[in-house]
Amino acid sequence: MDWTRFFNVLIDGIQLGSVYALIALGYTMVYGILKLLNFAHGDIYMIGAFIGFGVLTFFGGPLSPNLPLAPLLILMFVVAMLGSGLLGVAVERFAYRPLRDAPRIAPLISALGVAFFLENSALLLFGSQYRQYNGFDLIGTGGFFIGSVKITWINLLVVSSAAALMVALMLLVARTKLGKAMRATSFDREAAAMQGIDIDRVIVWTFFIGSALAGAAGVMAGLAYSSIYHFMGFTAGLKGFAAAVVGGIGSIPGAMAGGLLIGLAESFTAGYMNGTWKDAVTFSILVLVMLVRPTGLFGKPEIQKV
Amino acid sequence: MAGERQNPRETGPVIGVDEWVGREQELREERGGLFGRARILGERIPPVVWLAVFLAVAAVLPLLMNTGDLNRYGLNTAIFALLALGLNVAVGWTGLLDLGYVAFFGFGAYTYALLSSTHCFTETTCGVHWPGWATVPIAVAATALLGFLVALPSRRLSGDYLAIVTLFFAQLFLTVAANGDRVSALGLTGGVNLTGGPNGVPNVDPIEIFFIRPTTVEAYYYFTIAALVLVAAVLWFLIHSRTGRAWTSLREDALAAELMGMPVNSLKLLAFSIGAAIAGLAGAILAAEQTGVFPGNFDLSILITIYAMVILGGAGSMPGVVLGAIVITVVFEVLSPTTSTDKISLLFYGVILAALVVKIRPLWRLAFVLGGTVALGYAVHLVAHAVSPSSTRGEAVSGGFLGSVTETLFVIPADPGDWPKYAYVALIVALLALTRLDGWRRTLLMPPTLVLTVFVWENLLVLEPAVTRFILFGALLVVMMAVRPQGLLGKPRVEIV
Repeated sequence: MDWTRFFNVLIDGIQLGSVYALIALGYTMVYGILKLLNFAHGDIYMIGAFIGFGVLTFFGGPLSPNLPLAPLLILMFVVAMLGSGLLGVAVERFAYRPLRDAPRIAPLISALGVAFFLENSALLLFGSQYRQYNGFDLIGTGGFFIGSVKITWINLLVVSSAAALMVALMLLVARTKLGKAMRATSFDREAAAMQGIDIDRVIVWTFFIGSALAGAAGVMAGLAYSSIYHFMGFTAGLKGFAAAVVGGIGSIPGAMAGGLLIGLAESFTAGYMNGTWKDAVTFSILVLVMLVRPTGLFGKPEIQKV
Repeated sequence: MAGERQNPRETGPVIGVDEWVGREQELREERGGLFGRARILGERIPPVVWLAVFLAVAAVLPLLMNTGDLNRYGLNTAIFALLALGLNVAVGWTGLLDLGYVAFFGFGAYTYALLSSTHCFTETTCGVHWPGWATVPIAVAATALLGFLVALPSRRLSGDYLAIVTLFFAQLFLTVAANGDRVSALGLTGGVNLTGGPNGVPNVDPIEIFFIRPTTVEAYYYFTIAALVLVAAVLWFLIHSRTGRAWTSLREDALAAELMGMPVNSLKLLAFSIGAAIAGLAGAILAAEQTGVFPGNFDLSILITIYAMVILGGAGSMPGVVLGAIVITVVFEVLSPTTSTDKISLLFYGVILAALVVKIRPLWRLAFVLGGTVALGYAVHLVAHAVSPSSTRGEAVSGGFLGSVTETLFVIPADPGDWPKYAYVALIVALLALTRLDGWRRTLLMPPTLVLTVFVWENLLVLEPAVTRFILFGALLVVMMAVRPQGLLGKPRVEIV
């Protein structure tokens, strides 16, 4: 067996999985609190990628940036996260909040409409051509070797910044007052409201944080896979959702594990079989998990109260 | 569901709707505006009259149009109406969000095309020309079975899981359709050309059912209308049967329905499969009518289009979804790159003006909005001209009087650059702000919004009609859900807690 190849595929899978995990986190947080499947989440990721690209272009593009590398990267991430976070908040405010007490199917259809609206607006504003981040020109093709396995700086950047964001999120949810309010709200929204928690505020923050993570994932995808386009959010959103379901929807560690699993599965499919069929593999995993363990790897079975 | 209850107040309680709450809602509805009256009218007219009117209009349509227009407005509407009726079974009656619907449409089309065309599976197996009376039922049955299989894994079929599994399935279907030209089982067998890949399946035979063999657009139009009426009749009897009542009751409250002893899961699977079967039929007709199938016929934009029809017309109402199909198909076809921008603009400004005239009261407010728009537009025009003369030298897309009015009153730059794109974002912000304001603040914001609308329309939207229509459909879904979830002819639903 060719171990070098195996480890290269593994590293690719971890990198892809980190991006999926960040997207899955947004899905899972919103679902945990609102029981809403936010179809527009994938498109917020796409907008994040375009905002990062806009910042990069504003500062001279990847070939001749007029800012040192580190501040440029930080600026790209920060602006993209802020921009997509605000977009997420706007989507919640105008598309979902009026429907909070509507039948379950209404916000889903609304979410579908938002997703389609964002995709086609992006097509109108940015055109149908692919945009290049040219991450290798910006950061360089260098890296370091462990044995014969090369880990590029981009691999390291994507995986470590994703890990840092996830740790920050875990701390936020576990240690802060906002996190406590979020956990209470997802446990029982009405009871939480009766304890004096401002539910609207918690929901707005949830959307902001979830969407900001998706925006960061968009910039990472731009750096790692170079080309971004208006329709990229759709498939990535589906994968992110699959990751959230596989890990157990509503569970934050579940979203991370699910993202990693889906990323590895896709990477190994592309590396050892045929890249065209990686969607089929993800779909099979999703269906399998739903058949065997509908609550996902980390999810708790939900008891329906009447 | 028109005509289901001539006068709800006399027939007493309705399954799935709390009597008092339902009536309260209805009384409020009856008073309310144009749509309320349209819905009451829709319910008073017996279904036979609806059918007769529909058939009369449908029958004379080919006499009024040339073949091209009949294809675009007549045949497409009929096929989309068929699709909307099918989707209505799952979404409108049973309350299941079926996002793989477009894949069932495609699956039916591909099944028909593969069995009745010159398509070559391998070098030796070519041209399976089965006749239509065999292929169409096979396509319908196979699609129904596929729908059953797709819905099965999301075991309890709770809305969200079903939605995502089916959406994923739609995406998977497109992948298979676009890449299925060299399928081999783990490299053991030779490549089999299953779907024709990105080129699709050309040279599909016409549907041949004994002596019927439509080959022209007119023939297919009548054939599809016949299929549509047949399907509508079957569905009408179905929704008034035990099964139909069970569907609507589990849409209103699945848990209560289960406690009443209804086999909830089988009912949902049945609704899902029947919807899929109708999509399969529509697919077979599409394949035969355009003598070929291509992966692009079944992408997500078509799914959103069908959803826009069902939601606009009113999920659950059969005349509603057909009406929705008519309206949306006309918008879809008008906003296509082949229509002259003249006509599109005329229609666009006409609709906006009509909406303003109908909606804004009292009249002085209307006068203020219209006058303010013209005055502000002209002021901006003068300022822009003073700053840079070339910024008002562009030509309006529409010619004639309308064109010269927009050129004189509004800003149409010779080379707009990126300005229209910024204006588009500003327009969205302005429209969202309008929904949050009321009273004089809203009135005050309307003229700037309208000026912005004209600028964005002339310099951006009208140049990309194909994108614009999907933006409109997406926005339509969001707006309808917030403002009028029951659509034009649907019944308002009350969530019972």
